[in-house]
Amino acid sequence: MSLKRSILDLRKRKDEVRLGGGDKAIEKQVAQGKMTARQRILAIVDEGSFHEYDMFVEHVGTDFNMSNKVLAGDGVVIGTGMIYGSPICIYAQDFTVEGGSLGLMHARKITKIMDHALKMRVPLIGINDSGGARIQEGVNSLAGYGEIFFRNTLSSGVIPQISVILGPCAGGAVYSPALTDFVFVVENISKMFITGPAVIKSVLGEDISMEALGGARVHAEITGNAHFFALSEKECFEQIKTLITYIPWNNTVRAKAFPPKEPKTKLKIENIVPADARMPYDIRDIIKSITDGSEFFEIMELFAANIVIGFGRMNGETVGFVANQPLVLAGVLDCDSSDKAARFIRYCNAFNIPIITLEDMPGYLPGVDQEHAGVIRHGAKILYSYSEATVPKITVIIRKAYGGGYIAMNSRHLRADFVFAWPTAEIAVMGPEGAANIVFRKEIAEAADPEAMRQQKIQEYKDKFANPYVAASKGYIDEVIEPQETRKILLHALQISMHKDVPAPAKKHGLPPF
Amino acid sequence: MIMADQENKQYIIVHSAKYETTYNKKYLNRKVWEEPNFNMIKSYIPGTIIDILVKEGQVLNGGDSIIVLEAMKMYNDVQMPFKGKIVKINIEKGQKIPKGFVMIEIEPVA
Repeated sequence: MSLKRSILDLRKRKDEVRLGGGDKAIEKQVAQGKMTARQRILAIVDEGSFHEYDMFVEHVGTDFNMSNKVLAGDGVVIGTGMIYGSPICIYAQDFTVEGGSLGLMHARKITKIMDHALKMRVPLIGINDSGGARIQEGVNSLAGYGEIFFRNTLSSGVIPQISVILGPCAGGAVYSPALTDFVFVVENISKMFITGPAVIKSVLGEDISMEALGGARVHAEITGNAHFFALSEKECFEQIKTLITYIPWNNTVRAKAFPPKEPKTKLKIENIVPADARMPYDIRDIIKSITDGSEFFEIMELFAANIVIGFGRMNGETVGFVANQPLVLAGVLDCDSSDKAARFIRYCNAFNIPIITLEDMPGYLPGVDQEHAGVIRHGAKILYSYSEATVPKITVIIRKAYGGGYIAMNSRHLRADFVFAWPTAEIAVMGPEGAANIVFRKEIAEAADPEAMRQQKIQEYKDKFANPYVAASKGYIDEVIEPQETRKILLHALQISMHKDVPAPAKKHGLPPF
Repeated sequence: MIMADQENKQYIIVHSAKYETTYNKKYLNRKVWEEPNFNMIKSYIPGTIIDILVKEGQVLNGGDSIIVLEAMKMYNDVQMPFKGKIVKINIEKGQKIPKGFVMIEIEPVA
């Protein structure tokens, strides 16, 4: 074969693989509003930066007439590319090839690119669109999943791992995304569950649609399995690219710095917070009045909205924000919000991202359902995560900092580096109403007019304790600041904390209250 | 804890203080606790009734088998929690039941 002919032959072979499951299968994929595996990768990475590997890998199934079948690339595309100039490793399951089912070689391609990502210390993005295990390959499929899960765990906290659910992801397959850092879902396209509607119906007689059982909205709002929710694949890819700009390549470096920007002036910080501690406001307006360009990239927006987490930049550097949200459930801590915050704190700590905590919460959500759901063990995760974190940790107390919640929200006692408070801060064992009822129980009961006495005692308590000065007098607060100074002081605190180094006792690993 | 005044505002009470806020879906759909009634033998898992081993009026000891419930491809032996009388049987052989279904009502016997 002449060189020219062999080049033409190579092109033909590659074109055949690129056709995936063929025109008919692609048509079906497109009809569902879905892109093909290669289109998806090309939509995420910088133009011209993608290189695909293992195109000619073939499946090894021999049972059930599989030896006669040709499966292009064994149903998965792997490769490397760039996102805004940052290197990444990526794989995308191809649903048009045998339903994207996972056989031995399919899994081996995925684990190959995973090993590569870990070795090169660059982020890994996995696009899931698969019917699940390839039944014809039996236990080899299960082995494949296990090898993936092991690598997810090994890479956890070393390189960022991103999972994108763009089709079905069922049974054991869901555990790879669950082990990764961030899960992206798209309405009407993503479906995740351990047991599908058909099995639930046959075994349990319960009738439920795929969307209602494990659709994108369910995972973004109810289960907390997904971190980012989008209405289209295109929006989802933009979210992934934005996320990549906020996080570092691996755990030994910092996220890329951007040119510093001032916040937009229209957000006047002192106009946002109502003076009455019982009135709500949107804490995200406070975050946006502090961050560069008033930009805030929120994570898990729909799940446990009583706490807000996400990334912003301060003087060009990525910072993680954890903030109580008075707008939802008065900003209380509960099982879900504790889980949400704790995992994010650990993420920031693993990847060298300083944490700014904005506090305004009345305590833990009362209720039998919360107690029985284990709010003790869930709430403990926040204490654990903040205590364990060695990245710069800065707290600003805006209004209410009551009781156990005060301790949990990155207090001095959990080794916050800086604790600032607005003059509106109330740092106390509980709110004036509750405290007065307990401390002055006798006086109130014995008074001629108990209600008038109650109000008088609440006021007395308020005057004496509902302020930042009692805590400041003991050194638990470093400085009481004016609201409009907040950004300036935070920038200074971050600058001072830049080379923070705190030794921790050697251990294999701690035992966080999972 | 859920209250709504004339303006349809939502509030939450923590330590006697009433905070204006909004509820999320999960909070609105949370399960309200009920005192457990041990005289109601409920299904702890959804499944199919394979066999009913008792009749109404029968007195049995704690630990005696009363129902065979098939769930997750397993036969589950449902037993009397204490010495008692079968008051009412709400199931039939072959019936598919959801989780938490009151299968049999009993009353304690001294």
